[in-house]
Amino acid sequence: MSKRALISASSEWTFEALEAFEEEISRIAADKYRLDTYPNQIEIISADQMMDAYSSVGMPVGYHHWSFGKQFLTTEQRYRKGHIGLAYELVINSNPCIAYLMEENSLTLQALVIAHACFGHNSFFKGNYLFREWTDASAIVNYILFARNYISECEERHGMDAVESLLDSCHALMNLGVDRFRRPRPISADEEKRRQQDREDYLQQQVNDLWRTIPKKKKEQEEQWPRFPEDPQENLLYFIEKNAPLLEPWEREIVRIVRKIAVYFYPQRQTKIMNEGWATFWHYNLMNDLYDEGLISEGNVLEFLQSHTGVIFQPEFDSPYFSGINPYTLGFAMFTDIRRVCENPTDEDKRFFPEHAGTDWLETVHHAMANYKDESFILQYLSPKVIRDQKLFSILDDDADRKIQVTAIHDDAGYRQVREELSDQYNLSKQEPDIQIWEVSLRGDRSITLRHTQRDRVPLDEDDAKEVLKHVHRLWRFDVHLESVQDEKTKLIYHCNDEKVWTDSGETSKAKAKT
Amino acid sequence: MAFLIIDRRQQGKQKSAVNRQRFLKRFRKHIKEAVTDAVNKRSITDMDRGEEISIPRKDVSEPIFRQGKGGKQRRVLPGNKEFIRGDRIDRPKGGSGGGGGKASNQGEGMDEFVFELNQQEFLDFMFEDLELPNLVRKQLKDSDSYKLVKGGYTRDGIPARLNVVQSLRGAKARRIALGGAIRREIKALEQELEALADDDASEERREITEKLERARRRVNQIPFLDDFDLRYNNMIQQPTPTTSAVMFCLMDVSGSMTQDIKDLAKRFFVLLHLFLKRHYEKTEVVFIRHHTKADEVDEEEFFYSRETGGTVVSTALDLMNTIVRERYPTDSWNIYAAQASDGENWQDDSPKCRDLLVKSLLPLVQYFAYVEISSHKEQELWQTYAEVLDTFPDRFAMRNVSDPADIFPVFRDLFERKPK
Repeated sequence: MSKRALISASSEWTFEALEAFEEEISRIAADKYRLDTYPNQIEIISADQMMDAYSSVGMPVGYHHWSFGKQFLTTEQRYRKGHIGLAYELVINSNPCIAYLMEENSLTLQALVIAHACFGHNSFFKGNYLFREWTDASAIVNYILFARNYISECEERHGMDAVESLLDSCHALMNLGVDRFRRPRPISADEEKRRQQDREDYLQQQVNDLWRTIPKKKKEQEEQWPRFPEDPQENLLYFIEKNAPLLEPWEREIVRIVRKIAVYFYPQRQTKIMNEGWATFWHYNLMNDLYDEGLISEGNVLEFLQSHTGVIFQPEFDSPYFSGINPYTLGFAMFTDIRRVCENPTDEDKRFFPEHAGTDWLETVHHAMANYKDESFILQYLSPKVIRDQKLFSILDDDADRKIQVTAIHDDAGYRQVREELSDQYNLSKQEPDIQIWEVSLRGDRSITLRHTQRDRVPLDEDDAKEVLKHVHRLWRFDVHLESVQDEKTKLIYHCNDEKVWTDSGETSKAKAKT
Repeated sequence: MAFLIIDRRQQGKQKSAVNRQRFLKRFRKHIKEAVTDAVNKRSITDMDRGEEISIPRKDVSEPIFRQGKGGKQRRVLPGNKEFIRGDRIDRPKGGSGGGGGKASNQGEGMDEFVFELNQQEFLDFMFEDLELPNLVRKQLKDSDSYKLVKGGYTRDGIPARLNVVQSLRGAKARRIALGGAIRREIKALEQELEALADDDASEERREITEKLERARRRVNQIPFLDDFDLRYNNMIQQPTPTTSAVMFCLMDVSGSMTQDIKDLAKRFFVLLHLFLKRHYEKTEVVFIRHHTKADEVDEEEFFYSRETGGTVVSTALDLMNTIVRERYPTDSWNIYAAQASDGENWQDDSPKCRDLLVKSLLPLVQYFAYVEISSHKEQELWQTYAEVLDTFPDRFAMRNVSDPADIFPVFRDLFERKPK
C-alpha cells in the first residue's frame, strides 16, 4: 500500500485535523469494514462540561432533579481529588449521533475517540437489534426536551417539592418500568404533546371506571369480581400510571416520562460488554489501518496503544483495584477472538464453534453485533481461549455452607459452566430481583400486593426494599404489601401504610387471617 | 458521510448548576449543621473558604429493589491463580461473594457522601436568613451622596467644561448662516467680472472690483467664534448608594478581660467583618481598645496585648466619636460598631456612656451591637445600656454570651430578619 502524508505532525489537535480524521476513518469504516452509521455530530467540550454530561447520565438536556446534582458532586469531588480521570468521550444514541470529545485530548486520542465513538458505538446503536427495536434515535433528543419542559411546567404549577418527591418515587421503580417481553411503541415528542390533553382526560376516565364505588348487588360482589390484574404484571410503572387510584393526570404523565426514559436506557443496560467491546475492537483496527496507510506516525501508534492498554486493563479478582469484570476487556477479547476463530480456527474452535469457525470474519462479527445482547452473546461466542486468557473461574457462595466453593475453572470440564454462569451474570432478569404486581384489592381496602419470587433463596436487600415500598405507597396512596416467595412458600411479607413499614413472616400473618 | 464538528466549549457551562442547587436545597438541614459546626471550630482568620461536607450515605441514597445477601449466589471472576474445581475457600472478611477488594482505600469512609461546598455557598449557608439592619436605608432613599453624570450641553458653564467640538460646530453654522447673502453677492460679482472682455479697463470693471473687495472684507469680518457659540458640558447630579462600610471594634482590655474572653469577642468581630464584606464593596476596620484610657491600635495589638487596671468605657466611645467625625463622614460611609466587654465599668462612667451613645454616636451609625461576655448577668454597663436600647431599639442591640458555641446563635439573633 502506498504511504500517504501524515494528517498532522503535531500532538495538538486542530479542527482541520479532526475533519481529516473523520473523513479518513469514515472511508475505511465504510469501504473496508461495512460499518453503517448515523451521521456524526462531534462536539468539543471542556472538563467541566464533561462532568455536566456525566451527571445527566448521558442525556443531552435532562430534566432537573437533585439526584443529578448528587451525581455531579460525586464526579467533581473524585475528579478534583484525582481519584478518577474523565472519559475521553461520551456518546449519545441519537440521530445524528452526538459524541462529546474532551478538549484536553491529544490529537492521537481524538482520532482514537472518533474511531471508538463515532464509528464503533454509532454503528452499534444503528445495527444492534435491541436498539433498533427499543429506541428511536431520531426522536430521543426532542422527546427529552419535551420531558424537561413538561416537568418544569409542572414545577411551576404544582410546586417543586411535589414534583421532586414524585420523581424520587418514579426513579425508585425505574428499573421496573419496562415490559421485557413486549416491544415498546416508538416515542415522539410531537405526538406526546398533541395527545397529552386527550390522554390526561382519557386516562383519568379509565381510572375512574376501575375505581367506581357505586356498589353492585352484594352476592355478585363476593364471587364475580375477577382477580385484578388478571395476570401478574412486571411493568410496575406502567401499572401505576394506568391504575393508581388517586394520581392526578399530570402525575401520571410524569410517571410515563420516567417510564419512557427507562425504556430508552434498557438496551444500554443489556449490551455493556458488546457495545464497549465492539467500539474497542473497531478503534483498534481502524487506528492500525490509519498507520498502515501512513496517516499517523509511529509516535501516534505508541500513544494510542498506551491508552488502549489502559482501557482494557482487567484487575484480577484479588487486586485492590478489582471492581468487577471490565466490559472493555471482555468485549474486546471476544470480538478479537471471533475474528481469530474465523481466520485461524484450531481443532478446539471447530469443536466449539462449528457454525462460524473458518467463515468470513467480517460477516460473522456483524452478525454477532446485530443479533445478540450480552447474555446471549457470551453464551454463543465466549471461547475456551478467552476463558483461559482471562483465567475465569466460577464460585458458589451458599449461605448454608461455611465456605465458598470453586465450581469451575478454565479447563475442559469447566468451559461450558463458566460460560453459562457468566452469561447469567449479564442476564438482567436473573440479576435484578423478580418483582411483579400480584393483586389489587379492588373492592376491599384498595391495597396493592407485590410479589417477589426468590431465586436460589436470595432475599431482597431489606433496608432498600422498605424504602422503595414507601415510594410505592406514595404513588399508590393505599396500603402496599410485598410478599417474598420461595418455592411457592411465602418467606417474608413487607407492609407499608401511611405511617410505617414493617415485616412479618408469611406464617404468622396467614395464621392471623385464619383466626 | 455527512458530519458536523461543533465547538461547545464556550457555551453551556454549569449545566448542572440547577441540579447542584437542588441537591443543596434538599440536604440543607445536614449542610447547615455542618456549616455551623465549622464556624464554631475553625480558626478565626479562616472563615473565608469552602468546607467539605459529609452526609451519611444512607440519607442521600436512592433506593431500588436489590438482591440482598444470602441464599446461593454464583459469580464468575477473572484472574484465577491456584484454584481448581472443588476447592473450598474461606469467605473474605467483610466482603461479599469473594470480591476481595471491595474495601475503600481512598481515605474516605464508604458510609459518608462527601462533597465540597464552595466558599460562596458556605457563607450563604452561614448568613442564611440574615439581613443587615437598615441596609437599605443608605440606598437611594437617603441620597446624601451624589455622582456627577453627563447630561447634554448648556450655554453657560466654567471653562473647564467647555465642549470644543460642539462650540466650533455651532460657530461654523453661524458663519454659514450670516455670510450666505454676502457670498451670493461675491459670486454674482465674479461672474459679471468674467463676462467683461479681458482687455477692458473701463470704469465698470473698476467699480465691480471695488464692490468685490468690499464684499470679501465683510465676509472676513464675520467673527470666527462668538460668545454665542460656546457650549459647555452639562453635568447633573445623580444619587448613588454608598458602598463602603467601616466597622469599629471596641473592646475592654482591662485586667478583668482574660484571653478566653477576648477570643470569644474576636469570634464576634470576625463574623461581623465577614458579613459586612459581603454587603459592601469596601470595608475598613478600626480597632479601639480601652482600659482607663482608649487607643486606636492594630489588629494584633488589639487582640493580644495585655493591660492592667480599671475600666472607663466612655473613653472608647469618645475616641470613636472623634474618629468618625474626622475620617468617616456619614454621607460616604456606613458605620457599624461592635463593642465587647465583660460588663465592668467605673461606676460614675456609665451615665456618661449613655449620653455619648444617645446624643452623638447612635444617630451616626447603622448599627451598634454590644456583647457582654460574662457568666453572671446584669453588670453595671448592662443596666445602663438597657436604657439606650429603649431609645434606639432599631439600631442598638445587646446580648450576653458565655461560651464559644453561643457566638454564632447570638450573632444570628442580632441580625435576624426583622418582620417589617
